[in-house]
Amino acid sequence: MRFVARLASLRLQSKVNRSVWGDLLLFLFLAVFGAFMALPLVYSINNAFKPLDELFLFPPRFFVRNPTMSNFTDLFHLLSNSWVPFLRYAFNTVFITAVGTIGHVLLASAAAFPLAKHKFRGNKILFSVIVLALMFSPHVTAIPNYMVIGQLGWIDTYSAIIIPAFAFPLGLYLMKQFMEQIPDALMEAAKIDGASEYRIFWTIVMPLVKPAWLTLTILLFQILWGTDGGTMIYSEKLKTLNYALGQIVSGGIARAGAGAAVALLLMSVPILLFVFTQSKIIQTMATSGMKE
Amino acid sequence: MKSSDAPVVAASRSVHKEPGKLAILLNDMRRQKHSYILLAPYYLLFCMFTVIPVILSLVISFTYFNMLEFPRWIGWQNYTRLFLEDDVFLIALKNTLLFVVITGPVSYIMCFIFAWLINDLSPKVRAFVTLVFYAPSISGNIYFIWLIIFSGDMYGYFNGFLMKAGFTEEPILWLQDPKYVLAIIMVVQVWLSLGTSFLAFIAGLQNVDHTLYEAGAIDGIKNRWQELWYITLPSMRPQLMFGAVIQITSSFAVADVSMNLAGFPSVQYAGHTIVTHLIDYGSIRFEMGYASAIATVLFAIMLGTNLLTQKLLRKVGE
Repeated sequence: MRFVARLASLRLQSKVNRSVWGDLLLFLFLAVFGAFMALPLVYSINNAFKPLDELFLFPPRFFVRNPTMSNFTDLFHLLSNSWVPFLRYAFNTVFITAVGTIGHVLLASAAAFPLAKHKFRGNKILFSVIVLALMFSPHVTAIPNYMVIGQLGWIDTYSAIIIPAFAFPLGLYLMKQFMEQIPDALMEAAKIDGASEYRIFWTIVMPLVKPAWLTLTILLFQILWGTDGGTMIYSEKLKTLNYALGQIVSGGIARAGAGAAVALLLMSVPILLFVFTQSKIIQTMATSGMKE
Repeated sequence: MKSSDAPVVAASRSVHKEPGKLAILLNDMRRQKHSYILLAPYYLLFCMFTVIPVILSLVISFTYFNMLEFPRWIGWQNYTRLFLEDDVFLIALKNTLLFVVITGPVSYIMCFIFAWLINDLSPKVRAFVTLVFYAPSISGNIYFIWLIIFSGDMYGYFNGFLMKAGFTEEPILWLQDPKYVLAIIMVVQVWLSLGTSFLAFIAGLQNVDHTLYEAGAIDGIKNRWQELWYITLPSMRPQLMFGAVIQITSSFAVADVSMNLAGFPSVQYAGHTIVTHLIDYGSIRFEMGYASAIATVLFAIMLGTNLLTQKLLRKVGE
């Protein structure tokens, strides 16, 4: 009770209008849902280090008792004996993610600059098309997309995954909204010094929108890091890590340990990326709002 | 740029004899050449992979097309078949609408409530909690672990828990029983849904002008709920509208989770959605005309719902 009273007095000093019990209830709620969100992740981290006998314990136990690296060694044995070596899957995933992300950041920034800062014919229409594109999912266009990529002769190449990702609408949307807040004065000064628009874009605007690059990177990561190649890629040697994960998991009980290991490897990369970029991403999201 | 352009146009018009509209347009475009050059690469690809496919999909939906023969025009037949003859589509439509009316709003409200609660924490704790909540949506196919949690044998965590606690004697086939499938997919979908809009809300909340709260206190705002409704929500309306688009679009697009957890097709189509129906006809049966009709219907209801919601959200806090 004394704790509650102290909390109340603290609250009274800072914000007059809040009830202590309300606060406690809300934070209890936060804790319960936080557990719901985090448990599956904590669980999969634990699973990756469980020896096989702990994975199949009844009743199942949440936390690992005798942590082991054997799942990881199993995984590498399993995959180095497979027809396509593990490293190839890893290379494919890294390559698709890196090229797709860099290309998207460059093209989307180039297009966002005139949309945000130039007055030209078609500006409003071009941007509202992007907003409309946010309003339906890519599934809608999956079939004709396959035909277009087929016509281009890109089926079963990296391009089938990488090039369409360049034109991801959410990235352009966020980049354009972020660029709008750059003060015009910076660009005017460069123009008086005789810099071309391209130069202004590259030397003045691009360095200023670094937070937005990181945001686009994490969004593209979400799409590309998790791709399994879908219907576009069928050659085993072009398949990705995520596809390999699917194969391992479908191997059933005997593969449960290796599956847990590869799942941990796959999820740790985007999570680490987010840990280091979080504040920049939040900064970008501050401008994400839709204007009326 | 903005200020210098207009007088130039006006001057050139008065000196020369009145040029035609087309001439003005071309002249404008020439002067703004650099804008178009910067736009070109992105929009070229955008047209190729979004605009043209949407139009193609609409056109193909009026044909019979199996990828082998040349498409044959059949008018509205695909659509009449879809709504009048295809019972499975109606199941898919029902399930999808359930996702839209349940997981859509639930995930949207969760994104907001958590962002709002987190906003009161100290920056370091806030960064950590944000990570915990955002992690599922960014960890790719990590939802595979729900397969183990809801596994139908006694090694499944949920079954193990229920059996140990004495709620049930027999393990329950969670993902094979039509009674539970949809609910489980919804839980996982909500778990995955604290994504981009959640971050947008956090950012929006951090940028609400604090003097507004002080002014509000003077104007007689009594508690945090009033503060929320009269100050916070209207201040972050742009983010709310953006978040709505993202959540609505993703709640219409449930497919991967359903296919990976409940199987494809799921037992008695319990987890079937419009998108899985589309995948069924598009990548398995190769009835491209029919699949395009499904895609077009999906496109129309997604866009319609989004535009309607945008209209409604303009009224928040008024």
